[in-house]
Amino acid sequence: MKKIFLSLGELLFATILAFGQANISPAKPQSKPVLITGATIHVGNGQVIENGYIAFDKGKITAIGSGTAPNASFSEVILANGKQLYPGFICPITTLGLVEFESVRATIDDEETGDVNPNVRSLIAYNTDSKVIPTVRSNGILLAQPTPEGGLVSGQSSVVQLDAWNWQDAAYKTDIGMHLTWPIARAARTRRGPQAAGAAAQETPADRAQRVIDELSKYFSEAKAYAEMAKPKVANLRFEAMKGLFNGTKMLFVNAEGAKEITQAINFAKKYGIKEVIVGGNESYLVTDVLKDNNVPVILRETQRLPDKDEDDVYLPYKLPKLLQDAGVLYGLTGIGFWRQRNLPFEAGEAVGYGLTKEQAVQMITLNNAKILGIDKTTGTLEVGKDATLFISKGDALDMVTLNVDTAFIQGRNINLDNLHKQLYKKFAGKYGVEAKL
Amino acid sequence: MKKLLLFCFALLKIQYSSAQETYPVNGAWDIRPGQYAFTNATIVASADQTITNGTLLIKDRQIEAVGAAIAIPKGYVVIDLKGKFIYPGLVDAFTTYGMPEAPRQAFGLGGAGGGGFSRVNIPVSTKPGAYGWNEAIKPEMNAKAVFHANATTSVDYKKNGFGAVQSLIRDGIARGTSVAVTLGDERDNEVMLNDQVAAHYSFSKGTAATNYPTSLMGVIALLRQTYYDAAWYKNQKEEYNISLNEFNRIQTLPQIFEVTDPFSVLRAAKIGKEFGKVYLYKSDGEEYQRINEMKATGAGFIIPVNFPAPYDVTDPFDARQITYAQMKHWELAPTNPAVLEKAGIRFAITSDGLESSRDFWTNLRTAVDYGLTEKQAIKAVTQTPAEMLGIGDKLGTLAKGKLANFIITSSSVFKKDNVIYENWIEGRQYVVSKMDVADLRGKYNLTGDGLGNITLNVNGTPGSYTVAADRSGTDSVRTQGTFLRAGDQVNIYFDLKNNPAGNIRLSGYITSTTPLTLRGQGVLPDGTTTKWTAVYTSAATIAPTRPTPKPNTNVGPVIYPFMAFGNAQIPKAETTLFKNATVWTNEKEGILKNTDVLIENGKIKAVGKNLSAANAKVIDATGKQITAGIVDEHSHIAATGGINEGSQAVTSEVRIADVLNSEDIDLYRQLAGGVTTSHILHGSANPIGGQNQLIKHRWGVTPDQMKFEGSPGFIKFALGENVKQSNFPAAFGSANIRFPQTRMGVEQVYIDAFKRAKEYKAARAVKGNNVRRDLELDALVEILNDTRHITCHSYVQSEINMLMHVADSMGFKINTFTHILEGYKVADKMKAHNIAGSTFSDWWAYKMEVAEAIPYNGKLMHEVGVLTGFNSDDAEMARRLNQEAGKAVTYGQMNEEDALKLVTLNPAKMMHVDNRIGSIKPGKDADLVLWSANPLSIYAVAEKTYVDGIPYWDYAQDAAKQKAMKADEGRIIQKMIEAKNAGSAAQRPAFQRRRLYECETLEEDQFVVKQKGVQQNQDQH
Repeated sequence: MKKIFLSLGELLFATILAFGQANISPAKPQSKPVLITGATIHVGNGQVIENGYIAFDKGKITAIGSGTAPNASFSEVILANGKQLYPGFICPITTLGLVEFESVRATIDDEETGDVNPNVRSLIAYNTDSKVIPTVRSNGILLAQPTPEGGLVSGQSSVVQLDAWNWQDAAYKTDIGMHLTWPIARAARTRRGPQAAGAAAQETPADRAQRVIDELSKYFSEAKAYAEMAKPKVANLRFEAMKGLFNGTKMLFVNAEGAKEITQAINFAKKYGIKEVIVGGNESYLVTDVLKDNNVPVILRETQRLPDKDEDDVYLPYKLPKLLQDAGVLYGLTGIGFWRQRNLPFEAGEAVGYGLTKEQAVQMITLNNAKILGIDKTTGTLEVGKDATLFISKGDALDMVTLNVDTAFIQGRNINLDNLHKQLYKKFAGKYGVEAKL
Repeated sequence: MKKLLLFCFALLKIQYSSAQETYPVNGAWDIRPGQYAFTNATIVASADQTITNGTLLIKDRQIEAVGAAIAIPKGYVVIDLKGKFIYPGLVDAFTTYGMPEAPRQAFGLGGAGGGGFSRVNIPVSTKPGAYGWNEAIKPEMNAKAVFHANATTSVDYKKNGFGAVQSLIRDGIARGTSVAVTLGDERDNEVMLNDQVAAHYSFSKGTAATNYPTSLMGVIALLRQTYYDAAWYKNQKEEYNISLNEFNRIQTLPQIFEVTDPFSVLRAAKIGKEFGKVYLYKSDGEEYQRINEMKATGAGFIIPVNFPAPYDVTDPFDARQITYAQMKHWELAPTNPAVLEKAGIRFAITSDGLESSRDFWTNLRTAVDYGLTEKQAIKAVTQTPAEMLGIGDKLGTLAKGKLANFIITSSSVFKKDNVIYENWIEGRQYVVSKMDVADLRGKYNLTGDGLGNITLNVNGTPGSYTVAADRSGTDSVRTQGTFLRAGDQVNIYFDLKNNPAGNIRLSGYITSTTPLTLRGQGVLPDGTTTKWTAVYTSAATIAPTRPTPKPNTNVGPVIYPFMAFGNAQIPKAETTLFKNATVWTNEKEGILKNTDVLIENGKIKAVGKNLSAANAKVIDATGKQITAGIVDEHSHIAATGGINEGSQAVTSEVRIADVLNSEDIDLYRQLAGGVTTSHILHGSANPIGGQNQLIKHRWGVTPDQMKFEGSPGFIKFALGENVKQSNFPAAFGSANIRFPQTRMGVEQVYIDAFKRAKEYKAARAVKGNNVRRDLELDALVEILNDTRHITCHSYVQSEINMLMHVADSMGFKINTFTHILEGYKVADKMKAHNIAGSTFSDWWAYKMEVAEAIPYNGKLMHEVGVLTGFNSDDAEMARRLNQEAGKAVTYGQMNEEDALKLVTLNPAKMMHVDNRIGSIKPGKDADLVLWSANPLSIYAVAEKTYVDGIPYWDYAQDAAKQKAMKADEGRIIQKMIEAKNAGSAAQRPAFQRRRLYECETLEEDQFVVKQKGVQQNQDQH
């Protein structure tokens, strides 16, 4: 009976994929030099170039500036007068490509079983054929960090570019870091009513959290000792995977929201000499000194969320980027989940009404994210020698009223901006005989 | 050695004159007259009458006389109570004394709860016997049948002076009848005062295993239905039902409802009003938060004095976990009894809910410190509870003919060091603390062979003495020893260090009290025996005890709502003139630049250029934009106790209106996002869900006052994965069996329900019928009559078509498809049926049925001519619905004016309230938002939000409010630290998140009426 169910389910699934096919091929490598002129160029580092031009060849930016482009022969010139040009937005910490439907287990590959899985790698599960990726790409998000979740040590992540035939093609920077969820002292849900008399004293939430932290410390100490061994007699896959943390080739991304947890996590990484990134950081604004003193950046998770506490400023999540900006902490931003990452530009734009400048908001999801992920040498801003990963929007890309991406390049490749949603839109606009305005 | 608190129970079971007639006696009958005279006491006969130098005569179980000059007849044991006090024995009106432990029913495997979704499917009662269908309704329970006096548990009550209690079976929604008993250690037959005191109710399902209800609104619906069923039962012959019969039988008794917070009182009061009942409420003691509304119920209260302990706030990060509401409640809880008294509400005080029974008097005295009069305090623990329980003729005051229930105390009971000596219950003496024993404290001259001349300094407290032995002269020494006393016997140990060294052990008796003389034998360290005598010489030098400072009873104001961002005064409507704004009228005038808007008396008075008004508050809106308030067609905020009653496929009887909660921070947060009206929906767990409620975001009012007056009734339907429970984890070893599990089954649920509804409607229309009123079918009949509108959760085209087809064939209308993410596939049919579409802007991929959800959906439906809106179903998204509307521009280039209507005028039309809200037009409600920029833009900030002309949200004032709240928190934290330093036990703050409801949220914990749950953030809708 179970079997029949399974195959039935698979059949159903296959059918849906068949009629939902979004046939979008990755673009061919850049074959000829391209020049874009007349655009308002947002460099990604806070600078804006009015009436700007940008030239690129073989995937790299060859020239950028204001006014008339230097004399050179371009087989393709794109006139972008009145339009906005941005570096490709970078989406860190996402399950894009790892999950297709949140409630369908068969399509979920972001969370391995067990608490400690430093050896698992998200890259190889990254599904370049996901129907979700083109919908995200259409809003200017051109690079992402598919990230494993769950447990205590969830595994390793890589950075991918979002136009690829397979995960090897997609890989932009491989296995950049390890993901850890910091234990939190949280009260268990209890039923109302008096405790049974004489009930044994239970472990307090704080004690429970501390116990996990102690276990974690022990684990990291052993991993570090293992890393120092030239040739361990018995290989330990988990410890092998953690070597990079101790020799500085991998970062430790720690999910931590509370001020206390962030501080604990920073002390922890310091003890092992690990390069660390705080992910989430809802209360990072309370510990900016600790973050700055230890050079630990923060990847904020969403501005469009509710405050944690009833007492918090109702706009606190909107104001958080500004608070970190003013405190001098390096901060980036991600949305949540996978399909929602197409809202990343708006998540960044949200902070503008609450103190951040528009260019700071752009920088948050370009240069800042690139810096934190360690890819800023090649991407994150529009500078000569860096990747030609950029897009043109008819209007301000951080605002839903104006965002309209009409052209995008990843490493010089002019990518197809079509997606399942546009296809269905056109299909049914056709049915009703109305115009499909994109 | 807590000698002081040790009880000395009579060893013999004494039979007094009124022994049980029917019981045989072992040995000779031992019937005694039981005549006592208590003289020279200060007798507090009642809260209103104190007799100094009074006498109390009792005979066996009853009081014979009480008064000032009473002659004592012969044959009475006279007890001189000079300097002591007599009070009536206390009555606790809410206990489970003598009741068996209710077995905790296993709710599914692993005890994780789940009710209707529990792994065990129990649609109707499995209780043997001809009882009702739902195990939570058990009016047939009689406490008298299971009561058994318990000499162990009665001790704590007796120590506090209680002599009688009401005892109930605290389980279920209808809990049957309670008993009133004394706390005597006698046969159950003898302690029974009244075997049917009151009928009891609660909002808690208790141990009932029946699936239904899983939510608070289900509980309320079930209780209402039970009242109707019981009424029907009286006049019918088809059914035999013990539960309904008993329910009817106990209606004449006092009706007591166990509730929690003030809003739960209002919920119960509403039920009472419907059925002509005024309940007595046993509450959590938070009445001070809504005292006017409490007073208006006209009800009496039984309140606890379990004031919260201060929180441990030493770690500022941890202290952040304490909510402002918790802080305020900590500060204000002790004022509750005084507030009730001042309001003139009749109330009794129970010891229920105390962490330790030792806190009872401490807390009652605290309540007095906070303004409760001593008179009222006495009344609330004696006379009032006795009268509430209908035993006021026997108990509550000291008067001739009443039962001899009284306590003897050392002083006024409100003195901190008062000692309760004896608690007499029905003429039986229970000694709490021995009364007539000499205080042995003092200096004694101790003499004995081998001891020399020693001064004993006996100190400490009676019951816990300390002793120091002093020897002066050449071998002077001062040493601490041990002094123990049992009755007249004393034991003293001390070590003189030298001459002799080692412990000297003395054992002796009080041989005289004038002067106090102790005498006996002792053993010296070398084993030799000696005789000793200690004679009182002078009073002990007693170290002065530090006077405990009076608590700081200056408290902050009650705020509305009682939580963060509450106001001490609810803001009022202001005549306001906005000058020079860009006004999105949503009328044919379109978007007007440089335009003024005038609001007055909660309504829009005028829209135009160069308006002026005397007395108006003028707001320069240059560069700013004004829109109508945002209307969220699909919201689950501001409700408590669960928004899904998914235990049955059809639950049209449940009503969100019953469980509104106006103390939800999201009401305020959404005001800060321009939302002024929300449609609070039942969840999507079943094909026919419950009735919805339209509310306005009136911050600080009561739940009922939030309701959008005169808005037509709505009901939630749902299709697809949620109703067929697709994403439920299948339990190990048992399948999901609640019908339906497929879309095929969903159709049949509708057809069946409406067929039944039609038959019901016809049957009820017959003159003189005795068709049972069925709340579930009533709602369906309203749908058939087009007086209740459907909003239906829906995703894929097949099911949408199905429901339209069912509606056509059964003759009802669908008002709105909500979510409707494949609406773009059936827009033409929706248009033809005149059905509105309320969708998400860009949600998809969260489950299989949204595989083809597209962000162009709204645009396409709108283009085809469907009345289209965007909703949130999400407390977060709701506060930026303006941006969601903006996404209709991103995806499909919708005209901006039309885009704004998606979240204002169009949902108002869907709710049939566009005559009141949704556009800016003179005469409409002044529900307005002042934006800093284009309202559809990510950059727009809601600077002010008005509901009925009241500026509930003001960005600038909010900053001031935050500052004031911070300061007040700081003040209370200082007080908590002081309280902790003064010796109060502190509780540790712990992180507990509020529960946020979405369509799919299922109430897991049916014991929880007042939610204190952890957030369950599902991203599924």
